[in-house]
Amino acid sequence: MRRTVFPHKVLPWLLLAPQLAITLIFFYWPAAQAFRQSVLKEDPFGLSSTFVGLANFRKVLSDPNYLNALQVTVVFSLLVAFGALAIALFLAVQAEKIIRGKGFYRTMMIWPYAVAPAIAGMLWLFMFNPSFGTLAWPLRQLGIQWNPLLDGGDAMALVVAAATWKQISYNFLFFVAGLQAIPKSLLEAAAIDGASRRHAFWTVVFPLLAPTTFFLLVVNTVYALFDTFGIIHAVTGGGPGKATETLVYKVYNDGFVNLIMGDSAAQSVILMVIVIALTAFQFRFIERRVHYA
Amino acid sequence: MKTKSMLAIGLVAMPFAAQAQTEISWWHAMTGANAEVVEKMASDFNATQSDYVVKPVFKGTYPETLNAGIAAFRAGQAPDIIQVFDVGTGVMMGAEGAIKPVAQLLTENGATFDKSQYLPGIVAYYSNPAGEMLSFPYNSSSPILYYNKDIFEKAGLDVDNPPKTWEAVWAAARQIKESGAATCGYTSTWLTWIHTENFAAWNNTAWGTNENGLSGIPELKLDSDTYVKHFQTLADLAKEGVFVYGGRTSEAKQNFTSGECGILTESSGGLGDIVKAGINYGIGQLPYDATVEGAPQNTIPGGASLWVMGGKSDETYKGVAAFFNYLSQTEVQQFLHEQSGYLPVTMAAYEASKASGFYEQNPAREVPITQMMGKAPTENSKGVRAPNLPQIRDILNEEFEQMLAGQQDAATALKTAVERGNTAIRDAAGG
Repeated sequence: MRRTVFPHKVLPWLLLAPQLAITLIFFYWPAAQAFRQSVLKEDPFGLSSTFVGLANFRKVLSDPNYLNALQVTVVFSLLVAFGALAIALFLAVQAEKIIRGKGFYRTMMIWPYAVAPAIAGMLWLFMFNPSFGTLAWPLRQLGIQWNPLLDGGDAMALVVAAATWKQISYNFLFFVAGLQAIPKSLLEAAAIDGASRRHAFWTVVFPLLAPTTFFLLVVNTVYALFDTFGIIHAVTGGGPGKATETLVYKVYNDGFVNLIMGDSAAQSVILMVIVIALTAFQFRFIERRVHYA
Repeated sequence: MKTKSMLAIGLVAMPFAAQAQTEISWWHAMTGANAEVVEKMASDFNATQSDYVVKPVFKGTYPETLNAGIAAFRAGQAPDIIQVFDVGTGVMMGAEGAIKPVAQLLTENGATFDKSQYLPGIVAYYSNPAGEMLSFPYNSSSPILYYNKDIFEKAGLDVDNPPKTWEAVWAAARQIKESGAATCGYTSTWLTWIHTENFAAWNNTAWGTNENGLSGIPELKLDSDTYVKHFQTLADLAKEGVFVYGGRTSEAKQNFTSGECGILTESSGGLGDIVKAGINYGIGQLPYDATVEGAPQNTIPGGASLWVMGGKSDETYKGVAAFFNYLSQTEVQQFLHEQSGYLPVTMAAYEASKASGFYEQNPAREVPITQMMGKAPTENSKGVRAPNLPQIRDILNEEFEQMLAGQQDAATALKTAVERGNTAIRDAAGG
C-alpha cells in the first residue's frame, strides 16, 4: 500500500480546527474540570476549597447508596437496551411483510423519536399516575395494585417503558434499512432448501443483521446510561426511596440538589471510566463476532 | 441627514442616560400569577424614582434559581438580588462573604431597620444566631388544613368544624373512607416540611439540637417517641388506604382537587389552585398532637426570601436598600398579601388588612398568620436549619417512601433517617 501524501502542512490543521476547538472546549475542558473538582472538597460557593486526594472516591465507593445506584443502572440499562432492540427488530420484520401502506406504517413507527425525553416521561406519567392517570384507573379496576409513587418495581417498570418506547423508533429505522440490504436471493435459497420462515430468520437474516445490531447495542447502551436522565427526572425523580436512581441521576442529585461538588465530580469521573471500559469491551469482544458484509 | 445626526446624538447621549440609572438585577423563581406580582413590584418601584432600575429575571424553579446564583457567583457574575427558597437558607447563611446581610445593608444606607415592625416568626426564621436578619422575607407561607365540605357532609362529619388535632384527623379520615364518601380520607403535600419541620414547631418537640440548628450545627432528634407514634399511624393509615401518598413536593394537591381525598394539609400558598379547582372547600388550622404538652405552639414559615449578594458597589447597595424600603411600605405589603396569598411581612400591613375588613371577607387568609403568631417562639419553634437541608429532606423522603410502601416500620425509618441525616450534616459542616 502506498500512503497518499498531501503537499499542505497548514491547511489540514485549519480545516480540523473548528472540530478540534469544539472537542477541546466542550469535551476535554469540562472533563479536566471534573478531574480537578473530584480531588477537592469545596463549599457550594467555592469560597473555600481543600485538596483531599482520593477521599471523595473512597467515600463514594464505600457508600451503599452508590452501589445501589450502580445496580439500578445495570438493571435499567439491560432492560431498556434489550427491550428496545427486541421490540424494534420484531416490528421491523413485521413491517417488511406489509405490502400496502408500508410508508405510512413506517412513518408512524418513527415519529416517537422526535419526542424529547422529558416530554416522553411526562406522557407516560400522565397515563400512569396513580391519582389522575388515564391508564392507572383501568389497571386498578383489574385488581392490579398499581402505585409507582411507593412501589419501586412499578416505578422501574414505568421508566423502563417510557425509555424503551422512545428508543424503539430509532432502532426500527436502522433495522428496516438493515433488512432491506439483505439480498432476497439468500432468503429464496433458504426457502428452496426447505427452511421454515423462523429458521431462515435465525440462520440467515439475524446473522446478516449483526453489524446493525452491534451498532445499535452500543448506541442503546449509551442512550440508556445517559440520555434517559430527562425521563427519570420527569417521572420519578429517582424515587420512590432510591429505586430508580441511576448513576447519572445521582451525579445530578448530589451535585445540583445537595451541592456536594466533590462527590458529584468523583462520580462523573467513575462514570467516564465505566463508559470507556464498556465501549472498549464491546468493540474488543462483541465486534469480533460481527461479520461485515 | 437630519435624522442621521439626531441618531448620532442619541447614540452618544444614551450611555450617559444609562449611567445615571443604576441597574439592579433580581433573579427569581416565580411563575404564573406570582411572576406578574414580581414584575409589578419592580416596575412600580422603577416608576417611583429615577436613580435605580430593578430588572427581574426568571431563573426556573427554586433549586434551579439557587444553582444559577451559585454558578454565577463562582464565575464572578452574581446577580444583585436573588430569591432563595426556605430550605436554601442554611446554604446561603454558610456562605459568609458571598452575601451581604440585609439588616446591615439597610442600616448602612440610612434606612432605619426596626425588627419589631416585622412579623416575629418570619424574622426569626431568616436571622442568624446573633439575631441579625440576613435576608429580606418576600413570600412567606405556612401549612394549613383544607377539607372538602361535600365529602364531609356525605360522611356525616361536622361541615363547619374541621378536625383540630391529628387524632381527630385520623378519625375523620377513617370515617370518610369507611362511609364511602371518598376513596381516600387524608393526603398531604411536603411530608418533610409539614410533618417534621412544622410538626416540631407546632407541637414544641425538638427537630434537632441547637434550637433545631438555628444556633449551631444540629443533630437530628426525629426518632423521638412523638414522631415514631405519629409516623407509625400514618404508615398504618397508608396500609388501610385511608392516607394516600402523593409525592415529595406538592403533588398531593391533585388528589384533593380531584375529589379523591377529603382532607389535605398543604401550604397556605396553595390556596389559588384549590380555589381554581372549584370544589366546596373549607380551611382550618394545621392539626396538632393533643398528647404533647404545650401544643399547639406556633408554625414556621416556608416560601422564599431575597438575598443580597456580596462585593457589589455602594451605589448598587443604595438601590437595593431603596427597593427593600419600598417593598416594606404598608400599602405595598398589603397589596402583596391580598393579591398573592403570601403572608404580610410587616405588622403594619397585617393591621391594615385587618382594618380594611379583608379577613372578614376571607377568614381563611388569617389562619396562617394567627398560627404563626400565636405564641412567642420557643427553642423548638423558631425554624429549622442545616447546612444541607435539601439533602436532609431527600433522605427523609426516601425513608418515608419505604415506610409507606410497608418495607419498614416508622421506628426503623426514622432511626435510619436520623443516622443518615446526621452523617450528611457532619460531612457538610466539616467542609
